[in-house]
Amino acid sequence: MLVVEDLHVEVEGKPILKGIDLEVGAGETHVLLGPNGGGKTTLLMAIMGMPRYRVTRGAVYFKGKDITSLTPDARARLGIGMMFQKPPAVRGVKLREIAQTVASVREVAHPSAPSLEGIAERLNLSGHLDRELNYGFSGGELKRSEMFQLLCQAPELVLLDEPESGVDLDNIALIGEAINDLLGKREKIKERKASGVIVTHTGHILRYVNADKGHILIDGKIACHGNPRDLFEEVQKHGYGRCQSCR
Amino acid sequence: MPVERELEEVRPSLRGLDSSRLRELDQRAEAAREKKAAYGLDIDLRAFHEGKALGRTNSLETLPDEIKDVMLASGVDPSESGRAGSYVQVGKNVIYERVNRIYSGKLEIMDVGDALEKYPEVRDLWWTLVAPDQDKYTAFSQLHDVHGYFIRVFEGQEVELPVQSCLLLHENAEVQNVHNIVILEKDSSAHIISGCTTSPRVKTGLHIGISEFFVRAGAKLTFTMVHNWGPEFHVRPRSGALVEHGGTFISNYILLKPVKSVQTYPVAYLRGRGSRAVFNTLIYGLEDSYIDAGSKIVLEGEDSSGEAVSRAIVQDRSVVYTRGTLLARQNRSRAHLDCRGIVFGNKARMFAIPELESDGAPESLLSHEAAIGPISEEEVEYLMARGIPRDEAVSLITRGFLDVRIMGLPQALESAIQKMVEMTQRESM
Repeated sequence: MLVVEDLHVEVEGKPILKGIDLEVGAGETHVLLGPNGGGKTTLLMAIMGMPRYRVTRGAVYFKGKDITSLTPDARARLGIGMMFQKPPAVRGVKLREIAQTVASVREVAHPSAPSLEGIAERLNLSGHLDRELNYGFSGGELKRSEMFQLLCQAPELVLLDEPESGVDLDNIALIGEAINDLLGKREKIKERKASGVIVTHTGHILRYVNADKGHILIDGKIACHGNPRDLFEEVQKHGYGRCQSCR
Repeated sequence: MPVERELEEVRPSLRGLDSSRLRELDQRAEAAREKKAAYGLDIDLRAFHEGKALGRTNSLETLPDEIKDVMLASGVDPSESGRAGSYVQVGKNVIYERVNRIYSGKLEIMDVGDALEKYPEVRDLWWTLVAPDQDKYTAFSQLHDVHGYFIRVFEGQEVELPVQSCLLLHENAEVQNVHNIVILEKDSSAHIISGCTTSPRVKTGLHIGISEFFVRAGAKLTFTMVHNWGPEFHVRPRSGALVEHGGTFISNYILLKPVKSVQTYPVAYLRGRGSRAVFNTLIYGLEDSYIDAGSKIVLEGEDSSGEAVSRAIVQDRSVVYTRGTLLARQNRSRAHLDCRGIVFGNKARMFAIPELESDGAPESLLSHEAAIGPISEEEVEYLMARGIPRDEAVSLITRGFLDVRIMGLPQALESAIQKMVEMTQRESM
């Protein structure tokens, strides 16, 4: 589904990613752990093709196609979707308006997708549909708004940047459920097609979402791979100190 | 020239004023004949002339298609469907005035000259909210024959459908001199849409428009002015509103097309307790437009409140000033000014000038926020990540920025103005 090859990325002239290799198969969910500033968000932004994140070497492939030079909108239309850690408010544009647009832009339609209103209701966002996009939303509402938009988009590759940050326990459970829906976790393993890459700083989301593989990113490089729960346990006990020495 | 003869031959519209009042107004105007306006480009009035006389029409549907099209593009519907009444003035000629039959007895619409002759109280209100010696444009208006609409909504009447007026220029280098009086009697309500525009073949002109609004106790007036001129037109509206106890005055101003220059600074005087004024301004600065648009709220009544919101998109070589003044003269009054602009390109210029003044009202609360900047790249890229191409994302954001919904217009009118915003966007991108 996703292949990242020797990826080097800089932001405003500063090198952040220094040679990332990552392969996410169809139906797989990967977790990225790592200290602040290690490059987790940068990796997701670069996969999404955000212009501030400039690829200086390497390539990104999605379903076998080199997408390194594609704009974010082209990538989204191919089936990549992202939940932003700190999404901006867009005044004057209603949440409903963006959800309708998002649902209509996918190049491959999802005829069985639930209705926009149904998704909103599940995420306790029915009252937010006619509000300005993300404007005046609380931390939990912002995350639910992001999940709502992704569920409307129904991407095949889901990039989630710290879905649990700034969210209370009730909201984490709700978001965890939505992520499981998005990734088709309720379907038989063989039938799962959506893949995910989840950035988590605290690891709390792993209580709600089963991930297949984990990676620890330190200083722009992947320091180690492994079972996500083992990695998280290691980090909780020893911090990232031993990961540093692993490299 | 004796006043009586002058009135008959030169200014028949002012025949209702008595000679002493006329002399006093004329003297003040004469003294300001060359007085430049405080803001905006100065205009040589000698470059413009009074247009030809035209006859009246019995139906707006019989007007030429090109005129009906520009009327529609200014929010005025020639079919009059969904309208409580209509007033149309072409140059100096009042060609049409009509009250929808179902609103007969609820409101009246007539040429202001007829109202001056018919009603002593209108004569008493003439030039009380705008001064004839404010500048050369008000002076010109007083010293020349003038027409305009007189609209009165009678006490306790709620006029649900909008009343429409169209002020249209139809000759090159013509000056249109307009003076309007609007009275909302006690506990009445109405929405007036005023579309100011030009015949498509006309390239240059000057519109001077004096408007005086009287919102009596408990009444509510929403006044929406759509300007749809051309790149060689000068426009000088001069407006004042008086709001009594518990009354509400909402003024919406929309300018979405290129214009040579506009300078306007309407004032709302909140005299009554609990009175309220709202100014909403949406401006698209295009090509070489020079636009200086402000609003002023004078809070004189206890518990009076106001809000002035302006949104401007400034591009090409245009210059846009958005001004706002909140003046508190009474305790427990409160008002807020919100002024934002998006500037595209390095040849466009925008100035946001908010002013707050508390004059002997230490417990009043006045506040403002002002911001000018580029379109937020973060917002554009965020929408792109949702699969929306860059130009559509920019369009969505700018359309949202010029959010017509803040004006609280009737649905049909809101949709029509929203379409105008979208059309301007398409043409300007």
